[in-house]
Amino acid sequence: MVEMSYRQAMTKALREALLKDHSLYLFGEDIGGYGGSYAVTKGFLEEFGPERIIDTPISESAMVGVGIGAAMAGLRPVVEIMTINFALLAMDQIVNHAAKLRYMSGGQYTVPIIIRTVTGAGAQLGATHSQSLEGWFASVPGLKVVVPSDPKDALGLFRAVMSEQDPVIFVEHLLLYSSKGEVPEDDYVVPIGKAEVKRNGDEITIISYSRMVLVALEAAQELAEMDISVEVVDLRSLSPLDIETVLESVRKTGHALVVEEACRTGGFGAEVASQVQEFAFDHLDGPVLRVAGEDVPIPYSQPLEKLAIPTADSIIAAVKNMLGR
Amino acid sequence: MKSSDKKVLLEQYRKLIQIRLFEERAAEQYMLGKIRGFLHLYIGEEAIAVGAISALQPQDYLVTHYRDHGHALARGVEPNSIMAELFGKVTGTSKGKGGSMHLFDSSKRLAGGYAIVGGQIPIATGLAFAALKNGKNEIAMCFLGDGALNEGEFHESMNIAALWKLPIIYVCENNQYGMGAPVQDMVANPEIFRIAEAYKMKSVRLDGMDLKEMYTGMTDVVEYTRSGKGPYFVEAVTYRFRGHSMADPVIYRNKKEEDHWKTLDPIPKFKEWIFEVDSTLREEIENIEAEVELSIDASVEYADQSSFPSPEALYEDLYGSSE
Repeated sequence: MVEMSYRQAMTKALREALLKDHSLYLFGEDIGGYGGSYAVTKGFLEEFGPERIIDTPISESAMVGVGIGAAMAGLRPVVEIMTINFALLAMDQIVNHAAKLRYMSGGQYTVPIIIRTVTGAGAQLGATHSQSLEGWFASVPGLKVVVPSDPKDALGLFRAVMSEQDPVIFVEHLLLYSSKGEVPEDDYVVPIGKAEVKRNGDEITIISYSRMVLVALEAAQELAEMDISVEVVDLRSLSPLDIETVLESVRKTGHALVVEEACRTGGFGAEVASQVQEFAFDHLDGPVLRVAGEDVPIPYSQPLEKLAIPTADSIIAAVKNMLGR
Repeated sequence: MKSSDKKVLLEQYRKLIQIRLFEERAAEQYMLGKIRGFLHLYIGEEAIAVGAISALQPQDYLVTHYRDHGHALARGVEPNSIMAELFGKVTGTSKGKGGSMHLFDSSKRLAGGYAIVGGQIPIATGLAFAALKNGKNEIAMCFLGDGALNEGEFHESMNIAALWKLPIIYVCENNQYGMGAPVQDMVANPEIFRIAEAYKMKSVRLDGMDLKEMYTGMTDVVEYTRSGKGPYFVEAVTYRFRGHSMADPVIYRNKKEEDHWKTLDPIPKFKEWIFEVDSTLREEIENIEAEVELSIDASVEYADQSSFPSPEALYEDLYGSSE
């Protein structure tokens, strides 16, 4: 095991991929000379050259479309969309084209594009730079969506998406880049569509993904000190969704709380909650509840921003309420 | 006339009437309820697809919009599989799951008909990027309508293609209307081909009603782009004789205008020109017309006799398996 940051894990993942697969090209805004907005691709321009590390104009739609076309012709493009908010400018390409080309062509064309992007709030970036929109993509058939919460999963999942034949939205979280974790030194792979129990417990299951897993783990630690045993399931992929691992945990604990940073209404957590009650109703000792982002644009001011997204305290309160403790 | 030139002429004439007859039959089948959904006919614009696509090589990529039957036929996709696709049958180009607006044939490097206006332009640009990287002297050709000129995806792509000197030819089929909106009311620059100048991209305006001009013009354009000099933008001026789709009652233009354009019909014009060049070809032309008519009738029969996809097909070709 070696300790590294989430940023270092992503840098390692991309560097490995560039060395291994010569059909791989990186596209993105300021990924070359600037080194990437979150410094993930720092040094790549010098190491791999402008032929493969391609700084694009601020044209999200064309950038993703170029990646789609390149993928259809047999290359393996990795397109970085600086933040998930900017993915809205490329929605036509992602949703209308990338997701549908295999199906609409009767399997004649495939689109092995990897779209890396950055989600989340918490850095006082204001409403247009703080959204958590990954759930939208998870509701589009034809796309795969992965949402790693720690360095081990970031590296392992990237290795997995490298052999995918379909478009993948690889969602990193802006507040995770500096977080650290233990990473195996071998060539392990984290399969897409496989959740992981990040903490074992037997009284309640918290289901979460991306940074909220860390917040849930923090809450679980505090709850343990109050003698409440919490199991934390990290989805790791939203599409395909590993509902079996979730159900297995819920059948054991009898309680399910879904925690997500995205707005509560229509969030991906609603889908998880719905499937839990659909497939594990007889095992539940109470309703499936959610702790989610408030239904507001994320405000700039720090105290307000903190109110808009889940915290360990809001999770603890929900758990205690659910268990009547 | 050299026999090789004669062969090219006759093949081009075959394609012209193949498209015209295919579209007329498709319209009939739509009225009979055999074809549903949207059906956008290419009648009147045939000379563009035939002229431009016959200037390509088999390894070149072809991308187009939703009025795509003509491009697919010009590229050599079989009428049977296109008609079957329109019927929603399993023998169609996309096994019935694409429909009229989404024709693909990877064996002909037809990388799609695209039904979101402008959506195909970045993708074609990406195919050109791959062609450049593959280093096999391939190019990409991307068709778009005048309506797509006002989409951001067009401008983003033009800039990137020019910046990166990509081997791509954008062919704008200016058929005078974006659905019912006259081009002069929607595009600020009436000299559409000059829009490319903003991107320092070479461009030309061609008469899209004249196959001879389209073919010679596009041959030069293809040569320029294939030689590595960069992208090209072509405005092909044309007119769609029918409505935007079968659902369009065409209340936004007048008969006088339509009649004028019909005098410019590319098919009789090309046929007359062939006879001027070589009057001995009359019999061969008649044979071709008879053959094409039979083959289009056969395509309707083929589509009608084919099966609909099985229920299992619903989830097929959604995801591939990992390598």
